[in-house]
Amino acid sequence: MGEVIGIGAAPKRKEDQRFLTGRGNYVSDIKRPGMTAGVFVRSPHGHAVLRGIDKSAALASSGVIAVLTGDDVKADGLGSLPCGWGITDAKGVPMKEPPFPMLAQDKVRFVGDMVAFVIAETPEQANAGAELLKVDYEVLPSVVGVLEAVRPGAPQLFDDVPNNICCDWELGDKAAVEAAFKKAAHVAKLSLVNNRLIGNPMEPRAAIAEYEPGTDRYTLWTTSQFPHVVRFLMGALVLNIPQHKLRVVAPDVGGGFGVKQFHYGEEAVITWAAKRVRRPVKWVASRSEGYVSDRHGRDHVTEAELALDENGKFLAFRVNTLANMGGYLSTFGPNIPTNLYGPLLGGVYTTPAIYCNVKVVFTNTVPVDAYRGAGRPEATFVLERMVDVAASEMGIDRVEIRRRNMIPKEAYPYQTPVLVQYDSGDPMGCLDGALVAADVKNFGVRKAASASKGKFRGLGYSTYVEACGLAPSRFAGRLGARGGLYESATVRVHPTGQVTVMIGTHNHGQGHETTFAQIVSEKLGVAFENVDIVFGDTDRVQFGMGTYGSRSLVVGGAALSKATDKVIVKGKKIAAHLLEAAEADIQFEAGKFSVAGTDRIKTFEEIAGAAYVPHNYPLEVLEPGLEEQAYYDPVNFTYPGGCHIAEVEVDPETGTVTLVNYTAVDDVGTVINPMIVEGQLHGGIVQGVGQALFENAVYDEGSGQLLSGSLMDYCMPRADHLPMMQVSTHSTLCTHTPMGVKGCGEVGTIGSPAAVINAVVDALSHLGVTHVDMPATPNRIWRLLQNASLPVAAE
Amino acid sequence: MKPFAYHQPNQIPDAAKLLTSIEDSKLVAGGMTLIPTLKQRLASPVALVDLSKLGDLKGITDDGATITIGAMTPHVVVAASQLVQTKIPGLAALASMIGDPAVRSRGTIGGSVANNDPAADYPAGVLGLGATIVTSTREIAADSFFLGLFETALEPGEIITAIRFPVPLKAGYAKFKAPASRYALVGVFVAKVADGVRVAVTGAGPGVFRVPPMEAALSGNFDPTAIAAIKIDTDGLTSDIHAEADYRAHLVTVMAKRAVDAALS
Repeated sequence: MGEVIGIGAAPKRKEDQRFLTGRGNYVSDIKRPGMTAGVFVRSPHGHAVLRGIDKSAALASSGVIAVLTGDDVKADGLGSLPCGWGITDAKGVPMKEPPFPMLAQDKVRFVGDMVAFVIAETPEQANAGAELLKVDYEVLPSVVGVLEAVRPGAPQLFDDVPNNICCDWELGDKAAVEAAFKKAAHVAKLSLVNNRLIGNPMEPRAAIAEYEPGTDRYTLWTTSQFPHVVRFLMGALVLNIPQHKLRVVAPDVGGGFGVKQFHYGEEAVITWAAKRVRRPVKWVASRSEGYVSDRHGRDHVTEAELALDENGKFLAFRVNTLANMGGYLSTFGPNIPTNLYGPLLGGVYTTPAIYCNVKVVFTNTVPVDAYRGAGRPEATFVLERMVDVAASEMGIDRVEIRRRNMIPKEAYPYQTPVLVQYDSGDPMGCLDGALVAADVKNFGVRKAASASKGKFRGLGYSTYVEACGLAPSRFAGRLGARGGLYESATVRVHPTGQVTVMIGTHNHGQGHETTFAQIVSEKLGVAFENVDIVFGDTDRVQFGMGTYGSRSLVVGGAALSKATDKVIVKGKKIAAHLLEAAEADIQFEAGKFSVAGTDRIKTFEEIAGAAYVPHNYPLEVLEPGLEEQAYYDPVNFTYPGGCHIAEVEVDPETGTVTLVNYTAVDDVGTVINPMIVEGQLHGGIVQGVGQALFENAVYDEGSGQLLSGSLMDYCMPRADHLPMMQVSTHSTLCTHTPMGVKGCGEVGTIGSPAAVINAVVDALSHLGVTHVDMPATPNRIWRLLQNASLPVAAE
Repeated sequence: MKPFAYHQPNQIPDAAKLLTSIEDSKLVAGGMTLIPTLKQRLASPVALVDLSKLGDLKGITDDGATITIGAMTPHVVVAASQLVQTKIPGLAALASMIGDPAVRSRGTIGGSVANNDPAADYPAGVLGLGATIVTSTREIAADSFFLGLFETALEPGEIITAIRFPVPLKAGYAKFKAPASRYALVGVFVAKVADGVRVAVTGAGPGVFRVPPMEAALSGNFDPTAIAAIKIDTDGLTSDIHAEADYRAHLVTVMAKRAVDAALS
């Protein structure tokens, strides 16, 4: 008999048994009888007219079964890939929403755009066939940068999208902001780029589809963070397959980071193809293919201005951003740089007036969508950089200016001028904790030690807040969401008292099988080992919106908590009957139902047994069985936040930035499993450090070629890039989630880029450096130092 | 990967014969460059001639004034060799900086030198030390071996069997790693040998090259300060998304100084 392992404990992760022993079950591990192999033929051009495709040589190639193109899609009358959000401009005009065909029709709009699907007996034969496909392109000039895309005369991606602008979106009180700027004692300005990122999950995307003529049912196995949403979008909106005839399975998935939370054309093509060839079809992306087809992240160009009074109090904040959407609208695309960006520009400060304008722009690049943090890292970076610039210009200490503007703990709930209302938080407490943990008071000693070695040392702060636990459906609907954002859980108690949970979130590295089991173990008093979590299969799990936006514990965990409560309520009714007591007198604690004030008890297992063997059972008023389901739709986002302090050392000879210390004190609400939370924070911070120092997706302007299309050229952060991190929590409890949880999946990625870049700027500030764009590569730092006419130690 | 025939000869003449008799055949040593190229379908040789069964190509021998390293010796063996560490520590250090542990276990000195990747480490060591490339048919001096981007003096069918390194008075290697690939963004090998100083640079241009002004300065005064003011012409240097030509030129000076430091330490 195992033991209860509840909230706050840190058991080893259940799922690691199979992952660490090579027994995971990933899509590419799956083999189906008669399975064929598919390969996508992708555009080698950033922008071209598709004049024609000659299939004959490919079809004649050994082993090739079929070649499908956009014309076949058109002939079958299939839909285009839907966008899940419809945003509007200031006048209420809907965004431009050109079709996104699952295989290109008439034109290709980015390198990697799919033009055909070749199916053969083996992957080698499919590749050989694909190489023989003759595609006639009329190459057009590409435009890849947002500044270039909105200029007059720029290449136009769509005939009916003038200047490539999808939507000219705004938020906030423009007039109030203008008035505040007029009376400001100081205005600080900042231009910056938020660099384009590529997610690079360990497991490349893959899919297998199978059609069963006997039942007219389809099954799609796919590397997805949200199988039910894929079933809905693909079945209802693209392929016209009734929901009950379509099963989508997302088994073990090797990392997502957002990259796998979209409905991709590959999924639709493969499912459609499986019926056409009447055999299962499998596709596994290569790493190179992932670079030009996985949705990218970030890619903003921003101008920001902060108005301050003579004491450094923020009066108003104005932000103008051009956000890259790539060649088409992906599932969440237009939502990210707007609704997940503008509402976070208040940060942890009392800034009374904020205005944000975002022009959402099409370019000849891979579609851009959510990537860990999604909009919120971009907002945090603008704001936290802006605060440092203002502090420097006004000669106010960077910590002091933050203190002067921070929302005090007692002011929560706090309504910002940009829609969101923070329920809880203590930014000052996080800041104070981090100052101590980072040993800021002895920074001068460390800086002097670095200087004695010819190095420049810098310290950077980021005091931030984010909105996660996506999301209240009603609120999201007002912002343009075309779906709901609740979550669901079923708690199935077996006759012997073990528990299987079916939950709509998806575990792809987050440790749900452990965290959720701890919640059930604690609440029902059953052994941790007697709880299994089932996810990722639309035939097994009732429904779900999936995992993204740090929502799994916040929304899914809440649904699970509610379903568990329902089990207890029913258990009490059964216990009352068996113990011949009033239901109101039954207590449930530590896995035992008892009559208050007596020693009469029934164990959880006895109650489960009675529910399934109802010989002595109130059948007139109570159904047999012990299985309960709950849906949970939150009333608000949750608002985790904290203070991150980065310490860097710059080698002026080479321009190399070394992250030497990193401290994070985060408010993530109730912590269920501290080991998993620490891991999430570590991983999130590393991804943010990657953006700040290493990662950059670079396109060639004229040709639209991705220049950073491999791990040789796109620098992912590695263990030797990082110091040991000091991570701790300083939590206030969320006031509206059942367990007080806030979510922790993205905080690291959101807080860290600004902390790192603020530290780099601090290290170089004595040379007049006021800003460094990300990534702060050695070449970029060296260039800044050259321009600063530094007497470099090398010379 | 496209289909190909696979041969694993036991004797060097057999390997040479296969290479010359089969058109579009390729040698495979460690395969660290070739295998990824095959997997990406960028190369499709008719046949691969694997050198791994040629046992006499492995190993390191002490010849007194020289050290000879068999062409099929993996980097990890060179890095860990007591002999190399004692006699040419700069070369052992160079081998220890190549790629990652997996690459160092599979990759070979002969493969690296024959491939002549413009950012590979070994060409700098071979040219910097003025080594001799021993092949199945002749001996080639390093100065006439490396002919530019992936080009060498090797004739069709000619197989590198060993590299013979003169033991220098002092030698050091300094490498600025490209953050993603860990190839040399700039790598500089400096060697003080009997008849002067040699400075060889990899990563900065289309192929490994020597820097005569630095060699002259260091021959007079083997100290980092002697070359601190020597700037490299940016003409012909590589400019890409990782580093612009003038930054690479700057790094040549910085890495050369650090290589001298390493040689002196």
